[in-house]
Amino acid sequence: MRYLDEGYPGQDNSKRPINTEFVLNQPRYQGASILISRANFGCGSSREHAPWALKDYGFDVVIAPSFADIFFNNCFKNGILPIVLADELVDKLFKDVDAKEGYALTVDLQTQQIVTPANELIPFEVDEFRRHCLLNGLDDIGLTLVHGQAIKDYEAKRRQQAPWLFA
Amino acid sequence: MSAKTLYDKLWDAHVVRQEEDGTALIYIDRQLLHEVTSPQAFEGLRLNQRKPWRVEANLATPDHNVPTTELTGGVSSIADPISRIQVETLDRNAQEFGITEYKMGDVRQGIVHVVGPESGATLPGTTVVCGDSHTSTHGALGALAHGIGTSEVEHVLATQCLIQKKMKNMLVRVDGVLQPGVGPKDVVLAIIGKIGTAGGNGCAMEFGGQVMRDMSIEGRMTVCNMAIEAGARAGLVAVDEKTIEYVKGRPFAPKAEHWDAAVANWLEFKSDDDAVFDKVVVLDGSAIQPQVTWGTSPEMVTDINGRVPDPAKEADPVKADGIKRALDYMGLQANMAITDIPVDYVFIGSCTNSRIEDLRAAAAVVKGRKVAKTVEQALVVPGSGLVKQQAEAEGLDKIFIDAGFEWRNPGCSMCLAMNADRLPAKKHCASTSNRNFEGRQGAGGRTHLVSPQMAAAAAVAGHFVDVREFMGL
Ligand code: SF4
Repeated sequence: MRYLDEGYPGQDNSKRPINTEFVLNQPRYQGASILISRANFGCGSSREHAPWALKDYGFDVVIAPSFADIFFNNCFKNGILPIVLADELVDKLFKDVDAKEGYALTVDLQTQQIVTPANELIPFEVDEFRRHCLLNGLDDIGLTLVHGQAIKDYEAKRRQQAPWLFA
Repeated sequence: MSAKTLYDKLWDAHVVRQEEDGTALIYIDRQLLHEVTSPQAFEGLRLNQRKPWRVEANLATPDHNVPTTELTGGVSSIADPISRIQVETLDRNAQEFGITEYKMGDVRQGIVHVVGPESGATLPGTTVVCGDSHTSTHGALGALAHGIGTSEVEHVLATQCLIQKKMKNMLVRVDGVLQPGVGPKDVVLAIIGKIGTAGGNGCAMEFGGQVMRDMSIEGRMTVCNMAIEAGARAGLVAVDEKTIEYVKGRPFAPKAEHWDAAVANWLEFKSDDDAVFDKVVVLDGSAIQPQVTWGTSPEMVTDINGRVPDPAKEADPVKADGIKRALDYMGLQANMAITDIPVDYVFIGSCTNSRIEDLRAAAAVVKGRKVAKTVEQALVVPGSGLVKQQAEAEGLDKIFIDAGFEWRNPGCSMCLAMNADRLPAKKHCASTSNRNFEGRQGAGGRTHLVSPQMAAAAAVAGHFVDVREFMGL
């Protein structure tokens, strides 16, 4: 992918042969923070290493026609916004990016819109709760512990219904 | 009251709080932990000075990085430093937080998805999570079980809950009776071949029909294991007498004083007759043939008597391109017979097919035969220390060793390239695991997913063969 040789942990990546064919190695895409992809992005992995790697690379947004469920969830937990757009729209973005070097999109999470260089607006959907958490940098655990009493109440009920789980 | 699916019932029984936006706080009965996805979760607890909410709800065991050859010096003698650190870190975290762990060297240690059901930690009617996508396996017992990410592992440790949105209901019904020599692995590969790897996206996938009712619990685990390869986070099978028989007497099963109440509760966990599913797929079980994958995705699968597809005959250009790339990687010619694919390595193991029934099925094929000279390595890796012990008590180890297989210690082994067992580049492997992605078993390695019987027959023949003909079935 990025390099032509086989990597191993702890290696000095700066000394490895670069694969110039690989899209992220092309000069025009350096510093990119929005990743556009085809369908079913993130297919198959529950590992958070996938979003960690994207985040470490510098991506804040991934746009695709569809995502794998677990990956989609893991994005939000790691401060990445996954956006689902219709196939045709994604296809158009691919073509536009390809056609014009320096093409840059702006993603506005507040208004839930993508702004193209020609000032076209592409609206997108995002779960209200997740938008709130992303915008405010909130920690899921802290939010859940606010409902600590509800968890205790449920647990007391469950202990009665299924005592064998607490034996 | 309206009719409910099995998934609806499991969901409803675990809602702690329903939010207006459709998400809910779901109570988690059991969390299973392994060394790869837990370190950052424990670190998060430590940084925030949090304690596990209910420490007894957790069970840990190392599996991905565990060497499968005899280690005299224990954990500290694991050669690969990254593997060693991960296993040591799990040991330390389990000890510090007071979590029960089946450590390396303990006979109960093994692949987390084998250990959960085997120990009785996974019970019908419960919610089970683990930081691993093949947690879907545990749904075979009528539990709602799915893989989660590391920050969710931390969330469950700290709150015993998970924030979830309800999935859709999908039913995969497999009617009829399987042919002799055709097993659970063939069933699930045939399902994936039919619906594709995105077929179950967003769904909890219940497996039903005569074939599933006739199937053993271990077989159901094989099918649910690969629900994730069919796109569904959770696989499910209704509870029946077989489920109850399976659970009885396991270390964490309900004790005598709770047993009858537990059984009565568990038998409720099946879909109502008139329950409505969002999606239904039906397969004729009697038509399923032994399956072999030829490509780099589990949906690139065909019958043993089939041929490798020809990209030139595929109308959809994206698919044609995908086939072409897969054939390049796999080093296969379009239109060649599956039975002409040579087998260089054989791997019988993984959370899909490393239970005692899998080993028995493979041993029955191998018995009195020899691994072909052209096969460079053939491994049998039991899913847990207890499976290994049982197999040895039945003399299965002898059968494998006499035939030329290596009989290993429990772990994930060659299912993924994270420990010392790796598939070399360009080598074809008949593997009973669940993923054939590029490089999954080792950089450049070529994986063919098959059942244990088919892997055993391929080991003897040196290429893929129809196990039914091979055994004269
Ligand atoms: S055996 Fe393979 S699929 Fe199963 S948990 Fe281990 S690495 Fe994952």
